[in-house]
Amino acid sequence: MQDIEQLLDRMTDDLREHINARGLSSLCPVGIRTGGVWVAQALRERLGIQAECGELDITFYRDDFSRIGLHPRVSPSRLPFETEGQHLLLVDDVIMSGRTIRAAMNELFDYGRPESITLAALVDLGRRELPIQPDVTGTHETLGPRQRIKLRGPESLELAVEEVPDA
Amino acid sequence: MPETSRDLQLTADGELRHFLAIEGLDQALLTRILDTADSFIEVGERTIKKVPLLRGRTVVNLFFEPSTRTRSTFELAAKRLSADVLNLDIGTSATSKGESLSDTLLNLRAMASDMFVMRHSQSGAPHFVAQSVTPDVAIINAGDGRHEHPTQAMLDMLTIRQHMKTFSGLRVAIVGDVQHSRVARSQIRALNTLGVDEVRLIAPDTLLPHEPEALGARVFHRMEEGLRNVDVIIMLRLQHERMEGALLPSESEFYRMYGLTREKLAYANPGALVMHPGPINRGVEIESAVADGPQSVILGQVTNGIAVRMAVMSMSMGGQLNERQSATGEGVAST
Repeated sequence: MQDIEQLLDRMTDDLREHINARGLSSLCPVGIRTGGVWVAQALRERLGIQAECGELDITFYRDDFSRIGLHPRVSPSRLPFETEGQHLLLVDDVIMSGRTIRAAMNELFDYGRPESITLAALVDLGRRELPIQPDVTGTHETLGPRQRIKLRGPESLELAVEEVPDA
Repeated sequence: MPETSRDLQLTADGELRHFLAIEGLDQALLTRILDTADSFIEVGERTIKKVPLLRGRTVVNLFFEPSTRTRSTFELAAKRLSADVLNLDIGTSATSKGESLSDTLLNLRAMASDMFVMRHSQSGAPHFVAQSVTPDVAIINAGDGRHEHPTQAMLDMLTIRQHMKTFSGLRVAIVGDVQHSRVARSQIRALNTLGVDEVRLIAPDTLLPHEPEALGARVFHRMEEGLRNVDVIIMLRLQHERMEGALLPSESEFYRMYGLTREKLAYANPGALVMHPGPINRGVEIESAVADGPQSVILGQVTNGIAVRMAVMSMSMGGQLNERQSATGEGVAST
C-alpha cells in the first residue's frame, strides 16, 4: 500500500488544479465520518483552507435501512458554516458502490443548496453501482472478493487491507 | 402484564422492534436511544428538518385516550422521518360502533400500516397488541393506564443528560401524584437503569403506590427533607381525571405542602433542574415564577420529545424490518 503522505500530496496538487480550472473560491471541506473527516482535515491543512471542517454522519440517509435497520452508532452531523450558495469539498476515505456519496449529497441538500460540490476520495475501489465519480482520487486499488480496506487514524493515517471472515 | 417485556420488545439480535416499556431494557440500549436522539436534535435545527428513514412507511397514531401534546409530537416525529401519518381518535369512531380492539387493529394492518403509536387507558394494552394481535407491526407505547409512558421518561432522561452530562452521582426527586402516574413509573425505572445515585418520591401517602420502595425509590412526605441535596426535581401533574374518591383535602392544601415555590426550590442544590411532563397546573403543582424561571427546562423537554420519539420510531422500525427480512430468508449485506 502506498504512503499516505504521498497520496495526500498528490490529491492536494490535483485539487489546486481543479480549483484553479473551475475558478472555485473559498472551498468549504466536509468529511464523511469517520475516515473521510480525517482525510478532509489533512487536505484542508495542505490547501490552507480557512473554513473549519464539516462532519457528516450519513446514518439517517442510508439506502439500506429497510434491509439492515438503523446503524447502532450515530453521532450528530456538524456543519460549522452556511452551505447555501457555498462551494463544498466533499471527502471520503474510500469510494466503491457510490451509495455513501449519494446519501451524503442528499443530506447536504437538506442544509441548503450548495453552489457546487467537488468530490475527493483517498482510495477508489471501482465496482461502482451508481453513476458517481470523484473529481480527485488518491489511488485506485483492486481488492479480492474477501478483502476490504480500512483507514486507521486519526493520529497517523494508515491504510490496511483486511480479510473479511466468512459469514 | 407479560413477564417477557424484554423478549417482546427486542429482536433475536437484541435490537428494538417494539417500544413498550422501560422495564426489560438495559443501560446500553437506553443509552443508544439517547445517543440516537441527540443526532435527531441536530436534524431539527436544519433548514429542512426531515430525514428519509421512514419514507413510504405508514404510522398510525391510535389514541384511545385524548392527548394533544403527546400526539402532536409523535405526529411531528413521524413526519420528520418522512412517514405517512394517520391520526385516529378511537374513542370517537370504530369502538363506538361496537368493533373490538383486535378487529380495529387488524383492519388497520390490512391498510399496510407499519407502526402503531398507541395510547390506551388499560395497562398492558400495547403489550397485548404486540404479542397477540399484530406482532409484525411495530408498536410504540404512548402511555398505557397506570403502567408506563416510556417515551416521556426517555425525553426526561435526555433533558437530564444534556444539562448534567452524566447520571452517576445524581439525586432526583419526583414530586406529587406518583400513584396515578405512568410517567413516574417509567422515570423511576429509567433513572435506576441509567445509574443515578438516588431516586426520591415526595408525596402524601394517599398519592403513593402501595409499596413505593419496591420501585427502587426512597420516600419522603415533606418537601423540606426530600428536596435537600437534590440535583433534579421532576414535578408531576395532579391527575384530576384519574382520581377516585377524596385523596386530597384540596388543591390549595396540596399546593401549600407540595407545590414547587421559590422558597421550596431553595432546599435543593443550587442550579437544580426543574422539570414537568406537562400540561402544567400553575398554582397547583408549581409556582409560575419557578415554571418560567432560570432553573426550569420544561420547554426544552418538549423539543427533546420530538427527537426521542424519532429515535425510538426509527430504531423499532429498523428492528421490525430486519425481522421481516429474516422471516423471508433474504440475505443481508451492504457497504
